[in-house]
Amino acid sequence: MSWEPVIGLEVHVQMRTERKLFCGNQVVFGDEPNSHVCPVCLGLPGALPTTNPEAVKLAVRTALALDCTIHLTSVWERKNYFYPDLPKGYQITQFEMPLATDGVVIYDGPEGEGLVRIRRAHMEEDAGKSIHDRIPRGTVVDLNRAGTPLVEIVTEPDLCSPADARAFLVALKHILEYADVSDCNMEEGSLRVDANVSLRSVGASELGAKTEIKNVNSFSGVERALEIEIARQAEVLDHGGTVDQETLLWDDHMGQLRSMRSKEDSHDYRYFPDPDLPPLVLEPSLVEVTRQCLPELPRLRRDRFIQDYGLSSYDAGVLTHTVASANYFEAVVGASAEAKSAANWVMGPLQALMNERGEDLETFRVRARALAELIELVTDGTVSDTAAKKVLAIVAEDGGSPRAVIEEQGLAQVRDDVQLEQWVQAVIEAQPDEVSRYQGGEKRLIGFLVGQVMRRSSGTADPRRVNAILTKELI
Amino acid sequence: MTTLAKAAHAVGAIQELENGGAPLNAFLAVAHPESLAVANSEGLLAGIPLAVKDNLATTGFDTTCGSKVLEGYRSPYESTVVRRAKAAGAVVVGKTNLDEFAMGSSTENSAYGPTLNPHDRSRVPGGSSGGSAAAVAAGLVPMALGSDTGGSVRQPAAFCGIVGIKPTYGRVSRYGLVAYASSLDQVGTLGRTVTDAARLLQVVSGYDERDATSDERPVPDLLGAVGRGVEGLVIGVPNEYLPDGLDPALRDLVNTALRELEEAGAKIRRVSLPHTRYAIPCYYVLAPAEASSNLSRYDGVRYGVRCAEADLISMYQGTRSTGLGIEVKRRIMLGTYALSAGYYDEYYGTAQRARRMITEDFRSVFDDGVDALFTPTSPTPAFKIGERMDDPMEMYLSDVFTVTANLAGIPGISVPIGSIRGLPVGGQVLAPWWQEDQMLAIAGELETRIQGAEA
Repeated sequence: MSWEPVIGLEVHVQMRTERKLFCGNQVVFGDEPNSHVCPVCLGLPGALPTTNPEAVKLAVRTALALDCTIHLTSVWERKNYFYPDLPKGYQITQFEMPLATDGVVIYDGPEGEGLVRIRRAHMEEDAGKSIHDRIPRGTVVDLNRAGTPLVEIVTEPDLCSPADARAFLVALKHILEYADVSDCNMEEGSLRVDANVSLRSVGASELGAKTEIKNVNSFSGVERALEIEIARQAEVLDHGGTVDQETLLWDDHMGQLRSMRSKEDSHDYRYFPDPDLPPLVLEPSLVEVTRQCLPELPRLRRDRFIQDYGLSSYDAGVLTHTVASANYFEAVVGASAEAKSAANWVMGPLQALMNERGEDLETFRVRARALAELIELVTDGTVSDTAAKKVLAIVAEDGGSPRAVIEEQGLAQVRDDVQLEQWVQAVIEAQPDEVSRYQGGEKRLIGFLVGQVMRRSSGTADPRRVNAILTKELI
Repeated sequence: MTTLAKAAHAVGAIQELENGGAPLNAFLAVAHPESLAVANSEGLLAGIPLAVKDNLATTGFDTTCGSKVLEGYRSPYESTVVRRAKAAGAVVVGKTNLDEFAMGSSTENSAYGPTLNPHDRSRVPGGSSGGSAAAVAAGLVPMALGSDTGGSVRQPAAFCGIVGIKPTYGRVSRYGLVAYASSLDQVGTLGRTVTDAARLLQVVSGYDERDATSDERPVPDLLGAVGRGVEGLVIGVPNEYLPDGLDPALRDLVNTALRELEEAGAKIRRVSLPHTRYAIPCYYVLAPAEASSNLSRYDGVRYGVRCAEADLISMYQGTRSTGLGIEVKRRIMLGTYALSAGYYDEYYGTAQRARRMITEDFRSVFDDGVDALFTPTSPTPAFKIGERMDDPMEMYLSDVFTVTANLAGIPGISVPIGSIRGLPVGGQVLAPWWQEDQMLAIAGELETRIQGAEA
């Protein structure tokens, strides 16, 4: 029998706030343990939570970026369970009445465009961290993370393969980065994924028993864990067995899943409305303003790049991969550069130079206006492509304007035939072998010879003129 | 006496009584005489010795909540009410005994032994603010802070023959009040007189940004309201609070009080609050449900007493089994059950609906021109120590007239209206939301007339 997987995801996203959700403590990753705590996030007797409006705004923006319906009234509830890193013995979350429901994410899946419905997006506080390997035979707890604002995004089971799930996650992360609500750093745990998966016979409409995979901290991990779990469930079903509803923990080092708890010992979280917090009531104007201020999201921007700048879908995709590169590109075009050249420069030499220097657009000294100027100087023939790359490197190192650098360094393109003739003659004399092979029919050697002339000119020679003169001289 | 001398005198008196031959066990901690200080010698409470119930966080004393699990626990922060009282010049002279985590009506559920009623040491002072009530009644302090979740300020005030106020829910910040049942808990004040209790309430009331359930409304002139009189006010007497089986002596005292109010110019009207009979079952579902969650934090992980065991589950079990008392455990179990999957709607859901009906009862009589209600505070005077410990239901019924105010969130006050067989009895005034001033005017009138009659 052949089976098809049905996959739904729960994604926890840490909001990029300065302060925790219910107290004034700073959100900091990796600081001295238990250094960002107070009576509220420690759950001291008598301490009470109050809601951080900044976190609420970011959550609303998150939900709007996922095309959700925002509910003007949502309710804080307590999810009760005991764990040492959960200071109050309950987590403040939203359950019956979440902040947002009914969203949609469109993504580029392995088999073309896919659509995942978002069932809900709600706010909650994070727990602290239990650290099991710091002291022998003991666990220590760091509560710096306790109370950090999260949005939990729950999808409908609309994904049908591990690759599909991964593609969705890539798109989701892209949207969250665009919406500027989270740094989405999976290593620091600011984006965490749980996956629910079940199998059903191909074409069936009923869902099978599902398992939940927790503790996955990379997109490739999600894909691998799902593949392994799908294979396991298929094996069970193929042998006439039934899949037990259980929670599985992913071990990334071993590439293994192990059972954490079965349905029988699943928690009864005893959710009930938190009496310390009135319902969260949003002003309609807050939602409207947030909606209007929502940045253009990745797919729309990509489509617009194709439309407005005549870029290929591939180029548009590369340029819109990050908000920073898309903004940079548009700034270059805005400073009068032609779109296609701007795209080529940004994706090509600029990216290569940044990689080489270990920089990103935030630190890079070549501002969009400078690149536009350089492109113009290439286009009008003032400087050759080769020299322009040199100029780029100089500006990246020392700053300054490309025009000034070209003047100072004498990098302007030489189109004076007398000078070009001299370089050409020198190369013909210096490379007798290649010259005779060329004359013997190895016409592709022209490239090598042009290159030699370019070198001799320190990149300033006009390569097209050089090519023409060489061809003439070597007939 | 200088401002500090009053406090020093109070500390001396407390030590003398509590270390003497007939202690009340009203205090769990007493200030060191050298540590006393007045923060504000011009404030409304300048130099006044103040006793604080031990479920209010204080930096100068341990905060045990009458529980073993918090033995030796020192709060790193001060509750808002204590901060405000100190800023107004009050001097905290000690922390008072209570039923563990404020769960009880007799102060017998304290891990540190029961408090005795100063009027009769064989009897309970009521609870859960029994230590505060006994301290005021014994003349050790003129006023004290307590907390009232189902009657825990008003009932001990009645049992001890003093005044106790539970303000409107949201009038006083709960920041630093160790939670029992958050939607019902409210800090209250106790005093020898209506004016004393009102003065303390005036100081601690008002919005606090640290408590999301505190209200931004301005606080009326509570002190000024005490002598305002009752001329023209309509005072309702709910039938359900004078049931057939009520002690005739108590009924007589209530009727006497009503006549006094009538003579002072108030109109008395019989009214009905038909859902009153659901109050006790409703309260004993909601309060334990919230408590079961509020008390989860006493797990031995971060503070308080830890029962060191080999593994996590044993540590939790050991800490909570030995650290928490029987009544607390009973309520945690009740509440856990009421919130369980499959029972939630039947218990918690039904209780929430009953709570709304009880609230609507009050709203409709107040909308119908009734300015305040008058009832007995508790069905009986102080009972004997140990008398009700084996029968939780009987114990729970001592709150039958007080829990409704917590469920509805309205303010209530208990004032002495006489005594039965030598034991003090309280009458309760309940007012509409945010009308503590109205309530205090009526209580003040009663105090003047009844004390006048007794004198």
